[in-house]
Amino acid sequence: MTASEALFTNGASPGGLSSTNPLRDVRDRRLPRVAGPCGLVIFGVTGDLSRKKLMPAIYDLANRGLLPPGFALVGFARRDWEDQDFAQVVHDAVKQHARTPFRDEVWKQLSEGIRFVSGEFGDKQAFETLRETIRDLDEKRGTQGNHAFYLSVPPKFFPDVVRQLKETGLADGPEHAWRRVVIEKPFGHDLASAQELQRIVGEVFDPSSVFRIDHYLGKETVQNILALRFANEMFEPIWNRGYVDHVQITMAEDVGIGGRAGYYDGIGAARDVIQNHLLQLLALTAMEEPVSFDARDLRLEKLKVLNATHAGKDISRSTARGQYVRGWQGGELVPGYLEEEGIPADSITDTYAAVQLEIETRRWAGVPWYLRTGKRLGRRVTEIAVVFHRAPHLPFSRNQVEELGQNALVMRIQPDEGMTVRFGSKVPGTSMEVRDVTMDFAYGESFTESSPEAYERLILDVLLGDPPLFPRHEEVEASWRILDPIEEHWESHGKPDTYPAGTWGPRSSDEMLARNGHVWRRP
Amino acid sequence: MNIDLTDTTSSKIFGALLDARRRSGSPAMGAVLTLVIVTDEQGHYDALKAATSASREHPSRILVVVARPGRGASRLDAEVRTSGETGPGEVVLLRLHGELSDHPDSVVLPLLLPDAPVVVWWPGTAPEDPAHHPLGMMAQRRITDSASCQSPISELAKRRSGYSGGDTDLSWTRLTPWRTLLAGALDHPAAPITGAKVAAEAESPSAELLALWLGSRLGVEVERATTDGPGITGVHLWSDGGGVDIERGDGRVAQIKVPGSPERSVALPRRPLSELLAEELRRLDADDVYGEVLGLVSPADGSVGAGA
Repeated sequence: MTASEALFTNGASPGGLSSTNPLRDVRDRRLPRVAGPCGLVIFGVTGDLSRKKLMPAIYDLANRGLLPPGFALVGFARRDWEDQDFAQVVHDAVKQHARTPFRDEVWKQLSEGIRFVSGEFGDKQAFETLRETIRDLDEKRGTQGNHAFYLSVPPKFFPDVVRQLKETGLADGPEHAWRRVVIEKPFGHDLASAQELQRIVGEVFDPSSVFRIDHYLGKETVQNILALRFANEMFEPIWNRGYVDHVQITMAEDVGIGGRAGYYDGIGAARDVIQNHLLQLLALTAMEEPVSFDARDLRLEKLKVLNATHAGKDISRSTARGQYVRGWQGGELVPGYLEEEGIPADSITDTYAAVQLEIETRRWAGVPWYLRTGKRLGRRVTEIAVVFHRAPHLPFSRNQVEELGQNALVMRIQPDEGMTVRFGSKVPGTSMEVRDVTMDFAYGESFTESSPEAYERLILDVLLGDPPLFPRHEEVEASWRILDPIEEHWESHGKPDTYPAGTWGPRSSDEMLARNGHVWRRP
Repeated sequence: MNIDLTDTTSSKIFGALLDARRRSGSPAMGAVLTLVIVTDEQGHYDALKAATSASREHPSRILVVVARPGRGASRLDAEVRTSGETGPGEVVLLRLHGELSDHPDSVVLPLLLPDAPVVVWWPGTAPEDPAHHPLGMMAQRRITDSASCQSPISELAKRRSGYSGGDTDLSWTRLTPWRTLLAGALDHPAAPITGAKVAAEAESPSAELLALWLGSRLGVEVERATTDGPGITGVHLWSDGGGVDIERGDGRVAQIKVPGSPERSVALPRRPLSELLAEELRRLDADDVYGEVLGLVSPADGSVGAGA
């Protein structure tokens, strides 16, 4: 099997499907991967994420025919609800947020398997009820003991939930059945807490049954990074220090912290975004070619490159952080961070973070990797820009190429997924004048209404037991090792610079690049 | 934007496309393929509607070829529609009058996107040998639809005798959800299947193909039962352990029974043309499995071969 075949078929026999099924044929690529009989239990169904992402994604999967008949959805929360109350909540969430059209027949199929269990995370009785519910589903819906537990709850509840799952025997299914646990970021807030989390979950669940969701990795364009790099011949030869000048990875949000004050303050932009999303993007962009696209081989390469990555020696010169203040953003006057509800007036939480990282490998030595993220920036955008060296010699006079910048290859992750190549071109006219132009590829899938949402892909992968898109705890810990020294330094050295809402971050961040003779791209 | 060109040529049409693209200020083309639709005056509206909808998933340049043979003079009329109202990509409606209607390839060839795959779709009547049709020869993939023809079952036999790799038929595409459900039901080790039955409305090429597929894969005799429809109404697989039972009476929701599980309902709606087309455009290489199944159609009258 060639690399590209492996990439697009996701390795052999995903989900351990029976290879003896006479109706399956590797050449029959119309047949999608459909999860076997199973159910999903969501803890914390009243949260935003559940309503806006999980429930619609489950419906969309059902609508695309990718869920098994008899699929069961169990909600667990501290509400005094009956099954039908919860079904109503799911119904409303689906109607409002689902991507695919609402069809009564699909809803009917889904709603027959909806159950609700009311209780606290510390309440043993409630978990007994959950066990009964699951047993009942196995009987009435034929879920055959296969269940995934989705922990859509703040990490402080993880120990309780995981312990209860173990004590009531929910963590181990009957023979030949699987139990999986899904956890959302944050995976701790530093190395020590990440290890503690891993210890708690690892005591109960086998590493191969733990799925950490980083929804970025479920995005089509992120997976397209791998296709772009390893299925093509024209990029990989220049994908190294010989041609690449520096790399900029940006994830900018135009919104403030909204209702997340309780979570966000004390965590900040770097822990919230750089540790997971941006370092994963860095790993995918910088890693060596994996020998196959198996989960194991991919992870190995990502881990290698993360282990070789670290911040510059002088952290005060290789990082910048900021906090937004009141300002005009997109025609609207928005409050500053310290004015947001629930934020202490002396908070030194960073709402903007930029770091310069070095990757100590033969491929990348000496190439700065700039990662930045922030709230209340100019616009919402996520992109990876690989900026190339200038041509070593230009057979043009200086004024002919005055407008010529550096070549760049930009992978746009969101919104408007696609790719841009920037290069020099002659300006029409009689004189020789070269100027930057861009060539654009809008990712084909992106204009379709039916392009799958990241959560759909990831939930399906959990149910199939297909792990390549989920970071393992080793990667999480490697990321914290990169970020921890920076956070420690920031804690003990002053406070964030300010930047007006609606701009592209504090001056200190521009200065950080200017020291190396670079400038931030305006995304 | 709509541009009407009467008594024109391919190069003028090409010019109009280029011009419209420049005027809209986006010279870059995101289209991934050229879709040629060969149809008539009655069929072009529905076909184009489905194709435009599918082009949201597969941005394409759509060329609709409407032949108007007759004794009048040869003439080419065109209607160019560019991005905007119609969705992504470009649409050119070509009307070929008189003798020109026998030479559609001469009009289409200059309008194909450079270096991009070509798909030809006959929503109605299709040529006996699509791969050797002047338009079919340009294409990687040729889509026909037996169900839309006068006598669908004998049409299937024609598809078989004229088959080349890259041919595909929407009556096969319609089966994907059924086949998915059936394959899913057999994913978990069970007793071997000893017999099967496919129930469907009369004259259903999809049901024929499904029966042939099941027969060849499972190595059993497949019964055919005729019902009032719509479409396929049920599939039954027998085994010593009880077997698999799927019933769909209303064309929307199916009841499925497998050994060891209670009866459950599962959405199995009949899909609109746009979704079928979008599925077809997802893969542009030959569909070997379809080719094999089609090869089992008995050439004389298209009915299920004994013991197949």
